[in-house]
Amino acid sequence: MHKPISRPVARVDAREKTGGTARYLDDLRFEGMLHAGTLRSDRPHARIKNIRVPDLPEGYHIIDARDVPGMNRVKILVDDQPFFAEHEVRYVGEPILLLAGEDRGAVFDLLSGVKGEYEDLEPVFFEGKGEGLDNFAEYVIKKGNPEQAFREAADIFEGTWETGLQEQAYMEPQGVIGVCDRDRVTVYGSMQCPYYIHKALVQGFGWEEGRVRVVQTVTGGAFGGKEEYPSLIAGHAAFAAFKTGRPVKIVFDRHEDMVCTTKRHSAIIRIKSAMNRDRVTGMEIDITLDGGAYAGLSSVVLQRAMFASTGVYRVDNVLVRGRAVRTNTVPAGAFRGFGGPQAIFAVEMHMHSLAERAGVSPLNFKKRHVLGTGDKTVTGGSAHEELRLGEMADLVASMSGYKEKLKRFEKKRNGNGGKRGIGLSLFMHGCAFTGSGERDIIKAEVRLAKRSDGSVEILVSSVEMGQGAFTALKKIVAETLEIPLDRVVYVNPDTDRVPDSGPTVASRTVMIVGRLLMRAAEEMKKRTDAGPFEIVRTYEQPPAIRWDQDTFKGDAYPVYSWGANVVEVEVDPVTYEIAVRGCWGVYDVGTPIDERILKGQIDGGVAQGLGYATVENMRIEAGRLLQSNMTDYVIPTSLEYPPVESVLMDTEYEYGPFGAKCAGELPIVGAPPALGAAVQNALGVRVTKLPVTPEYLLEAAGNED
Amino acid sequence: MRIEFVLNGKEVGVDTDPAKRLLDVLRNDFGCTGVKEGCGEGECGACAVLVEGRLVNSCILPVIAARGLEVITIEGFRETERYRVIEEAFDEAGAVQCGFCTPGFVLAAEALLRRNPVPDEEQVREGLSGNLCRCTGYGALVRGVLDAADRGRGLW
Repeated sequence: MHKPISRPVARVDAREKTGGTARYLDDLRFEGMLHAGTLRSDRPHARIKNIRVPDLPEGYHIIDARDVPGMNRVKILVDDQPFFAEHEVRYVGEPILLLAGEDRGAVFDLLSGVKGEYEDLEPVFFEGKGEGLDNFAEYVIKKGNPEQAFREAADIFEGTWETGLQEQAYMEPQGVIGVCDRDRVTVYGSMQCPYYIHKALVQGFGWEEGRVRVVQTVTGGAFGGKEEYPSLIAGHAAFAAFKTGRPVKIVFDRHEDMVCTTKRHSAIIRIKSAMNRDRVTGMEIDITLDGGAYAGLSSVVLQRAMFASTGVYRVDNVLVRGRAVRTNTVPAGAFRGFGGPQAIFAVEMHMHSLAERAGVSPLNFKKRHVLGTGDKTVTGGSAHEELRLGEMADLVASMSGYKEKLKRFEKKRNGNGGKRGIGLSLFMHGCAFTGSGERDIIKAEVRLAKRSDGSVEILVSSVEMGQGAFTALKKIVAETLEIPLDRVVYVNPDTDRVPDSGPTVASRTVMIVGRLLMRAAEEMKKRTDAGPFEIVRTYEQPPAIRWDQDTFKGDAYPVYSWGANVVEVEVDPVTYEIAVRGCWGVYDVGTPIDERILKGQIDGGVAQGLGYATVENMRIEAGRLLQSNMTDYVIPTSLEYPPVESVLMDTEYEYGPFGAKCAGELPIVGAPPALGAAVQNALGVRVTKLPVTPEYLLEAAGNED
Repeated sequence: MRIEFVLNGKEVGVDTDPAKRLLDVLRNDFGCTGVKEGCGEGECGACAVLVEGRLVNSCILPVIAARGLEVITIEGFRETERYRVIEEAFDEAGAVQCGFCTPGFVLAAEALLRRNPVPDEEQVREGLSGNLCRCTGYGALVRGVLDAADRGRGLW
């Protein structure tokens, strides 16, 4: 522990952010810039009969589907979502047209006079448990012989867990500016994936790649919410700039942002276990995700949920079925954890309930089932590393006083006053893209440039969005070259200058892009010429990885990061409000590239996970969000949670830079089931839903009586 | 309507709609873009400024309400010794991630330390509770303010 690379350094972007000089998208102005507002569907499903636009003053413009020069489809895995609706709208909030002009206030005043006339069509919603709906994706994973396991089971236990929507709630709302300069278009924006947007614009314009440029601006948080969504509004701003010949800015206010941007998929997960002598011998798992109106990334989110569906446990006989369904609600999309939080919540609550049922401590029951070194995962793959899950579980238990508290709270259960409970979760996150995705789909390229003044510039498409990429990647290069950190340059990516090193997602930046930069720096170090010159490196898959994307067999991820959490709660016996009294974590993320940055990822991820599990309640009724601003949709404040006590395991990954694995998403995955188990422990009622609201507990407690 | 007030120590005036949000006037008329709009409804504190030394969300204050008063934004406050102490403490605590909320938290810290130069953890949490941060989980921000109070003893 405390390798030189792990020692915290001053964050390279702290000064400009603290002093308010960092320029976020809305802080940028261009000569002659127009502002655009969006007319959105107020129907969940309807045919557009007519759009009535009042006479506009000079200098005010309408931009709609007819102004898309190329294909009116936002490029992602499946091209089903239009930039602007043409004849039909499929969710409340779907964009139909833009109104652009010089004065922002006037734009929105005029927009309120634009009226859509619709013929309503039958909408479909998720309330019916997802049965009978169209699927965006449907998969099956089979391991061993689950039929036999269930035939021979001495006991069978089954439960269903549901998780709700979650809003990313990045503090900086979505924003883009399109600029058209004769035959080229440039989009500036708050984003995670400059090349996703680049590809979307190339398709939307039907232009050659060289005519499109994307520049990331200082990004005020993203959490997945700026993965695929910005491609849509980048198109809007670019088409508007192309039509009007003026720069066009689109910045959402918080309400608009919440209404029309992607959320975490709500899920229904059923798990059935075959048991023999208090051991799980087989599992049948059924996962349904609400994908919303367009396909987006739902198929990949579903895959990650399925690959995480047996959690950190060795189950020899498994059948997993999964589907992502189409509904007439705002599209669901990427959010930190990407299907993992839903699946891990379900399997952890299932295992916790099995332990309770067997009258065994959840700690012991879970330890009895954890994957050991060399054991096969749900896809029959291997973790390719020494596994120490039992040790991690024991460590977090001793840090939190888990065993003693479990006994003490049990004795006090029937007393008056707040009900105390304690819950433990074990979890993992597969690092980077699925299987061979890094090799076959992403094909990351990085460049490292030596300048004639001796400085070194990192040229990658990975963005700084708050997670610390600037500091971490600079550290990797500086440490490898043995030069001071301030001799390394790394600015917000501009697709005119940087290669496609992949999107800033899937906790892949340090492990994949960082590793390539380290290799480039090693090569640079060997060169004796003064420069300028550039080193180019492209991704090479670690040799042991085997994956079949058609059958989902093999190593679902290059490697995993692991975690163990304990959460202690006190539940008010009258109001059922939950107070978190303690939170502990043990994490194995390989070598931390900066312990302070990592602590920030842990603290922030745990808070998001606890928020998801308790106060972050977002519901849809008849296709309309009931919570669409920060007054109604509550995220945690400084008063909610005590500090997270966390420790890092001393491990090293052979194919990560300095031994680093992935860290960004892992912390959000473990907190919800630890909270859920703690509440279940406190009240003695089964927690089967996220978020665990007082209303839900009141009802659940009533049902048990 | 002409509205005059003192912005970061200088007397300023602007001809504007008196109902306009102070936030928009600060950003658009005076270029104070360190004042951010996070929610537009007084929930998040990204737009926080000091009006007569008190922490105020400028997105829910009509500019007329600031007439004749002293307004300090991050652009003014960052020139002070107290700012330098908070900046350093925030940096060392790891309190800065995406940065969008940070200027608001700096001013919340200033407002708190003016009232209570030696706060305990609970008082810091209370003092920061009007500002939202989605990145840090608040632990580092709380440590940063406690540390600023410690190393800036005598400044507040």
